[in-house]
Amino acid sequence: MNRIEHEALAPASALGALPASADRAASSLVGFRTLLYKEMLRFWKVSFQTIAAPVLTGVLYLLVFGHVLGQRVEAFAGVPYNAFLVPGLVMMSLLQNAFANSSSSLIQSKLMGNLVFVLLPPLSHLEFFAAYTLSSVLRGVLVGLGVFLVTACIALPPVNAPLWIVLFGLLGAALLGVLGIIAGIVSDKFDQLAAFQNFIIVPATFLSGVFYSVHGLAPFWQWLSRLNPFFYMIDGFRYGFFAQSDVDPWVSLAVVSASLLVAAAIAIRMLATGYKLRG
Amino acid sequence: MSIPAIEARDVVKRYPRVTALDGVSLRIEPGEFFGLLGPNGAGKTTLISIVAGLARATSGRVTVMGHDVVSDYRTARRCLGVVPQELVFDPFFTVRETLRIQSGYFGLRRNDDWIDEVIANLDLGAKADANMRSLSGGMKRRVLVAQALVHRPPVIVLDEPTAGVDVELRQGLWHFVRRLNKDGHTIVLTTHYLEEAQQMCERIAMLKAGRIVAMEPTRQLLARLSGVQMALKLRGPLPAALVPQLIEQSGDRYVLKVGQPADVEAVLAACRNAGSQIDDIEVGHADLEEVFLQVMSDPGQKRAA
Repeated sequence: MNRIEHEALAPASALGALPASADRAASSLVGFRTLLYKEMLRFWKVSFQTIAAPVLTGVLYLLVFGHVLGQRVEAFAGVPYNAFLVPGLVMMSLLQNAFANSSSSLIQSKLMGNLVFVLLPPLSHLEFFAAYTLSSVLRGVLVGLGVFLVTACIALPPVNAPLWIVLFGLLGAALLGVLGIIAGIVSDKFDQLAAFQNFIIVPATFLSGVFYSVHGLAPFWQWLSRLNPFFYMIDGFRYGFFAQSDVDPWVSLAVVSASLLVAAAIAIRMLATGYKLRG
Repeated sequence: MSIPAIEARDVVKRYPRVTALDGVSLRIEPGEFFGLLGPNGAGKTTLISIVAGLARATSGRVTVMGHDVVSDYRTARRCLGVVPQELVFDPFFTVRETLRIQSGYFGLRRNDDWIDEVIANLDLGAKADANMRSLSGGMKRRVLVAQALVHRPPVIVLDEPTAGVDVELRQGLWHFVRRLNKDGHTIVLTTHYLEEAQQMCERIAMLKAGRIVAMEPTRQLLARLSGVQMALKLRGPLPAALVPQLIEQSGDRYVLKVGQPADVEAVLAACRNAGSQIDDIEVGHADLEEVFLQVMSDPGQKRAA
């Protein structure tokens, strides 16, 4: 008890002891870094479930679809179907896991009630946003990398423009991480979040051209695919490998960036107003 | 005048269907041990949530150590430690990880010396490296207290901290909280255990349906509202003059409300004059439980202090 007796702050001295403004900026960075660290630790502690399992799923897709369709489909001229499929699967896994990370973290904390631990401290809404988004990006990239490393052993696609790969990987993970924040905030129950995931995220990724090139589709479906932002993420990502794509990668970059900006604006607005988080 | 530890001015909180707080104003001085009492749904937790930034007031203003909880929330939150009512925890982490992470949120690195002290003071040493999931309810409660203290806040709010806690822990907790108060921390306590508030708090505010219906020093509140109670066992009828003071009767035993100790003499005189012999007599103060029920059941009572 001695320390508490000797060091506990009398109210007046406590105020005096508060850090000066320069230190305050530094200490606010500590808050952000701690939240990021906590979010990373959260998925890392259950990495078997959060990283290994989705990698396995990705590999299973390649084995099954590659086996069934490999001989019959040629999506891009001169590209074997298995190799064509790899970037799509990598991106799909990356996107789905980035979404799963922020959304499940938020809904779990809300339902368990432990979200108060991050709502009580002096963390700003931007720190909150950045920490949840970055940890989602990290998990998405780790899963994507895992899927790539394993599937590349089966069918190695060429790597023509690595910068595009990195750029679309990061932007896609960020967009889905942000969408995960929005879904996590809006949902009050697990089944609402599951509906988000099953009825929006999964169909949007499946119908984005992961398994096929939209050029092979009828005009109506081609047109519909172009309304799906996920299509541009996958298409741009794939361009980095094959230097061919269904649309110009710059167009994809513009669509993906614009989507990210809109989603980020919505999420930040929700966090700033405390929508559904600070009654 | 010194800066109040917590000040609320005309705080209103409306939800779509209910007004949780209907113009609450209070001022808690630094170093006070302050009690917030009220039945379920009176608005205690809503008020605390607004102080802590977990909810936003519809109108009105709240400061912690002079810092507005909305416009200067960073400083306000640094000055405040909150022990939430619900037994919440993060199942991914150990006790020590939980406390380190909580320190980090408040911008504190290398806080391990203090964390060790808090762990020792709350008897959490044996469980420091155990996962939160494996802890008993009482232990989880201690961790919540520890989490509220990692940044050494001058103002500590405990929202019904002893709900569902065994007697031993309750006493340990009160011992610890008293010490914090003695060291200069302002303590705000909400509780259903009225006896606890009576024992612990210097001053009490009673909330009812989102309004403060009483707020004054505990002793004064007791004295004003309860006065003195007197139980008489009479051989003969209760004198007519005393009937207005009657609180309850069972057989020949009458409980009377007496304004102040000096009035006891008048009661005795009335019995003597009426020829009713007194077989037994008890005089005492009503306890807070009775005061509480009295205030809560009196719809006309609105005392803003």
